[in-house]
Amino acid sequence: MKYESQKVARLYFIAALGLFVGQILFGLIMGLQYVVGDFLFPAIPFNVARMVHTNLLIVWLLFGFMGAAYFLIPEESETELWSPKLAIVLFWVFLVAGVLTILGYLLVPYARLAEMTGNDILPTMGREFLEQPLLTKIGIVIVALGFVFNVGMTVLRGRKTVISTILMIGLIGLAVMFLFSFYNPENLVRDKFYWWWVVHLWVEGVWELILGSLLAFVLIKVTGVDREVIEKWLYMIVAMALITGILGTGHHYFWIGAPEYWQWLGSVFSAMEPIPFFMMTLFAFNMVNKRRREHPNKAAILWAMGTGVMAFLGAGVWGFLHTLAPINYYTHGTQLTAAHGHMAFYGAYAMVVMCIISYAMPLMRGRIANSNKAQVAEMWGFWLMTVSMVFITLFLTAAGVVQVWLQRYTDTPMPFMLVQDKMAIFFWMREVAGVFFLGGLGVYLWSFFIGTDADAARDNAKVLAKVSTKVREESTQETARA
Amino acid sequence: MNETFTKAMARNIFYGGSLFFILVFLGLTYHTEKVLPERDHRENITEQVVLGKKVWEENNCVGCHSLLGEGAYFAPELGNVYTRFGGSKEAIMAFIKYRPVDGIEGRRSMPQFNLSDEELEAVAEFLKWTSEINTSNWPPNIQG
Repeated sequence: MKYESQKVARLYFIAALGLFVGQILFGLIMGLQYVVGDFLFPAIPFNVARMVHTNLLIVWLLFGFMGAAYFLIPEESETELWSPKLAIVLFWVFLVAGVLTILGYLLVPYARLAEMTGNDILPTMGREFLEQPLLTKIGIVIVALGFVFNVGMTVLRGRKTVISTILMIGLIGLAVMFLFSFYNPENLVRDKFYWWWVVHLWVEGVWELILGSLLAFVLIKVTGVDREVIEKWLYMIVAMALITGILGTGHHYFWIGAPEYWQWLGSVFSAMEPIPFFMMTLFAFNMVNKRRREHPNKAAILWAMGTGVMAFLGAGVWGFLHTLAPINYYTHGTQLTAAHGHMAFYGAYAMVVMCIISYAMPLMRGRIANSNKAQVAEMWGFWLMTVSMVFITLFLTAAGVVQVWLQRYTDTPMPFMLVQDKMAIFFWMREVAGVFFLGGLGVYLWSFFIGTDADAARDNAKVLAKVSTKVREESTQETARA
Repeated sequence: MNETFTKAMARNIFYGGSLFFILVFLGLTYHTEKVLPERDHRENITEQVVLGKKVWEENNCVGCHSLLGEGAYFAPELGNVYTRFGGSKEAIMAFIKYRPVDGIEGRRSMPQFNLSDEELEAVAEFLKWTSEINTSNWPPNIQG
């Protein structure tokens, strides 16, 4: 870490991880409600728990992205952040707005919340993932504008790199596409059509630019591979992301009333959407193999490779499973969608945020990397969470297959609720996997409190010493050969 | 990636490719908007349907149900509920109206939303209109 102002990222990362815990707790509540239907009813009905679960996910990822940008942009631009004060003010605005919104969901009936927050003036609430009251949405826009302005000014007055440019395009795209959340036509078909301009063009569009640039940044730092090579990869990855992802939006237009040519377009282009994710996996593994230095932060390298693999599996493979229109006809809106959603969000976005946290947090605490003991614990957290997520996905996939078999792809379709009873075993197993995930998250968070600065310094010195000995030996051998 | 494929080429593919597909996407959106009226039967969107959509949104129905396959997967699909309930608005209204306040022991149950008669009518009208959208024959069967 070269610039003092990068340290504002720390606040953002701490908030992100705090909200992550909340997200998982509500996930466990919902998971239990799937099998014990009256759990916490009517205090926290399923729709409220789900809203909290998904909104916390979005908010903690946004905290993560913003923290990542505040850390990355000054270092790439080789200048202090334009205004660290603005970053701190916006942090508190966003945190207070986010917490108030969640409390609103939990403490007030949703219809009452809508009435209190002026949903009559401009109805935008009650649509999946965009449930936030109008005031919160306006707050998000203000925070996003201030944030983009702050990092944008930093980029403008400093060195411009491919990484910072792609990150800026991603962040501006994020802010611009969110504006469609204010557009809610009375016609449900048009509402759905433009709703996807926020949701799809975020997660299968501009967010991939953010993902790619964060990954590229960490890889440059931990592998020491030439920037030219990394940037060429980054360009190709984000090119493929947008070339496939923009028309890939069509895979959401199959059954909502849009014309039928979307079935062809959506199928063909979204079938290619795994390509950028596969490239990310290749990218991470290649760069690590070609590394020109031994960075003491092994945990960050693990996260970088992990996010590539899991994004490819979750977003790429599990997305492809049900993206072709003739298959999607039977799988649309079943537990297969839930299976895909869980692994994709974890693999692509949760993991890349934890990757940059893993790299940046020790630096902000004055260490090159954490002590060995802390890194081992962090890696335990990585594996527990990742393997648990694989099982969550597999159990939901099994549930989805049963659902399709009994309710959709059959001559004698059974009613929804009867089929849900038949899937209960898989819902129970998913819940158990979820408890393991929470355990993994606990180990991960605990790793931040292991080891002193002195332990870290000692362990880092060992790695660096080993490298320099190796380099010396190699050069002696070469001299001998010569 | 080898030396003949330069960073400048990669950059051009990114900017050129993205711009091209953004324009194609906008063109297709324009076309979709032009042909949509035949498929969504917007002439049947009455004030009641509009109110019904608002009631649907303000009670976060999509937090449990799916509508045309989108939403949550905790409760039945409602895009075709009007057909599933035998083309009866009354059945829909009665179902919503008589949900037990404290739920059903051990089972999933829809909350009691205390909707007014006007709101109940409106939601039913909204779901009736939704069931008439041309969804390319989705869902595959009556169970949604």
